[in-house]
Amino acid sequence: MDKKEENTEEQVVNPWEVSSSGGKIDYDKLIDKFGCQRFDQSLVDRVQRLTGRPPHVFLRRGVFFAHRDFNEILDAYERGEKFYLYTGRGPSSEALHLGHLIPFMFTKYLQDAFKVPLVIQLTDDEKCMWKNLSVEESQRLARENAKDIIACGFDITKTFIFSDFDYVGGAFYKNMVRVAKCVTYNKVVGIFGFTGEDHIGKVSFPPVQAVPSFPSSFPHLFSGKDNLRCLIPCAIDQDPYFRMTRDVAPRIGYHKPALIESSFFPALQGENGKMSASDPNSAIYVTDSGKVIKNKINKYAFSGGRESVELHRKLGANVEEYGAGRMLTGEVKQRLTQVLTELVERHQTARSAVTDEMVDAFMSVRPLPNMFN
Amino acid sequence: MGYSKQQLLALLQDLQIEFSQCEHPVVMTVEDQGKYVGSMEGRLCKNLFMKDKKHRFYIVSALADTKVDMKVLSQRLGLGKGGLRMAPEEALIEILQVPLGSVTPFALVNESARDVSLLLDKGIKTQERCIFHPLSNDMSISLNSDGLDTFLKSTGRDPSYIDLEANPTVGKDQPPDLAAFVPSGSTVLPDPPEQAVSVQSASGNHDIANSKPKAVAEKTVKPSNNVHSVTHKSANALKPSSCFTDAEKFVEEIMDRISARVLTETKEDSIKQNGEELGTEIADRLRKCCCSELKNLATIFWNTAYTEGFHAGKASSLR
Repeated sequence: MDKKEENTEEQVVNPWEVSSSGGKIDYDKLIDKFGCQRFDQSLVDRVQRLTGRPPHVFLRRGVFFAHRDFNEILDAYERGEKFYLYTGRGPSSEALHLGHLIPFMFTKYLQDAFKVPLVIQLTDDEKCMWKNLSVEESQRLARENAKDIIACGFDITKTFIFSDFDYVGGAFYKNMVRVAKCVTYNKVVGIFGFTGEDHIGKVSFPPVQAVPSFPSSFPHLFSGKDNLRCLIPCAIDQDPYFRMTRDVAPRIGYHKPALIESSFFPALQGENGKMSASDPNSAIYVTDSGKVIKNKINKYAFSGGRESVELHRKLGANVEEYGAGRMLTGEVKQRLTQVLTELVERHQTARSAVTDEMVDAFMSVRPLPNMFN
Repeated sequence: MGYSKQQLLALLQDLQIEFSQCEHPVVMTVEDQGKYVGSMEGRLCKNLFMKDKKHRFYIVSALADTKVDMKVLSQRLGLGKGGLRMAPEEALIEILQVPLGSVTPFALVNESARDVSLLLDKGIKTQERCIFHPLSNDMSISLNSDGLDTFLKSTGRDPSYIDLEANPTVGKDQPPDLAAFVPSGSTVLPDPPEQAVSVQSASGNHDIANSKPKAVAEKTVKPSNNVHSVTHKSANALKPSSCFTDAEKFVEEIMDRISARVLTETKEDSIKQNGEELGTEIADRLRKCCCSELKNLATIFWNTAYTEGFHAGKASSLR
């Protein structure tokens, strides 16, 4: 898939841009174009059987709707072979909104349901390069974001959080070079759309996001477990990185990472794309008070078709009886406000309990002896 | 330092408040007090020292047989259902500076009690005289409500009497009628010595604090229309909470949340609906709704403990 093709398409979905000229994102088209699979009901049922607990609402409601090789992860799991989780965040702003928390909430569920370890990458270097932040500022943001991530409830005995600026080196860097050798300049331009004007930092970044998929990148955690599989919960706009990774993996003797992908949390206003940190009214922030949330829902949550109803469905509400009206009814909005307020309050309580010492502990290079318990 | 009994009596005399007094053995209940004050004229009063979830404190002073329903009061104050509970013993000592069993409106003479809100039963106004403890429960004094007013004004308060038995509807269009009685200044509990950081502690359900426990809570609860039944989350949201570094406080926080839930579930219609099965029904609902919330709290506790151990380990290996 090359850049020319992308340009003539109606929708653009890549790690740095998500938009659709036609209005809402067509996820079916996206699945076709990217070449991943739909996460169907039989898979959801299988997850329920294997984990012995109800599947997460995001699975039931199709928020996490696509995957690559998730079946193989489950096959291996049934045979008693564990896996580890890998997810991440590009710390570009302090203001986290609910859309940002989605993959983390889901990842926490996966950690609890399958009892597996997790590595979380904070790509402070990427944001430093793409958003033109200073190194220090991006490192600071990484730590601040880490606190919100920790507040999602990850188990410190099974979770390693790292920032690229701190961790890149050693075995990790060796894998980066192995991956880099397998991807031509032309290929990376094709996947990510780099131009001659882009600086070389950008061009050489992709391997950084690729190698956490390989257990040997974390010798303090997975030493001797080169066969360990990796599952990556992420938003579907990250797919290009991992298409590249999956392409390279067998060539350097590693398992391809499996993926489980989410759609975007719709913007409050409903129309195009996803909640954006740059438009405060498109999103509910984790720092919003109950009053602010109520206001935002009442003023901005708008049913221009399926979007806001989607938003509501995703949070588990039953809106089948609500027909295709212009505005969300007061009752629906009220329920939505209540659910979101509880969510945000719970997050705030947890967030206030995260100390710098806790961040240091999560980010410390240390063994996790009980990570599979 | 808190006023002593003697100092209070001297103050009352200075204010030219007429009162009679009677010493007796220490009494912890209105009933017992009643055995010793027969010679004095006046109606016995009960005094409850309460707190809400934001650590604001209240004294409710009422005739002994006035019915005081904490749930109703809580709503009338705008604290939601279950927002009020008995204050713990430490608060009694630190804020009112009186011993257990001695809650009295006279405790408001103390500077430490300046932010405590006083709710006075209008029944007191109807009596010739009423009986209170003068900061210590080995004595009782009886005085006219005018005398009480004079005293209260000397502490800078404006005495107002309310109908404690009233049960007005509280809802969207009917704001809580006693909302003005909620203290606006923040009451700062002196930092407990072992916790450096937090100002508040997630306190528990100690029933110790009041001196007159008789007939406090009414059994029947009239559900109000339109009351928002969202469980009131504590104000811990923006302050570092010591409940994650202290097992006792942690358990108290959990008990607070569970009991708040139980209270919201014990509505008249659910009592009617379930009858004997109410217990099972509540137990089921508790599981469903509290489980994930409590698991989150437990995870925070676990992570906090690990973090402390981790740093202790690092520090010890540096020696």
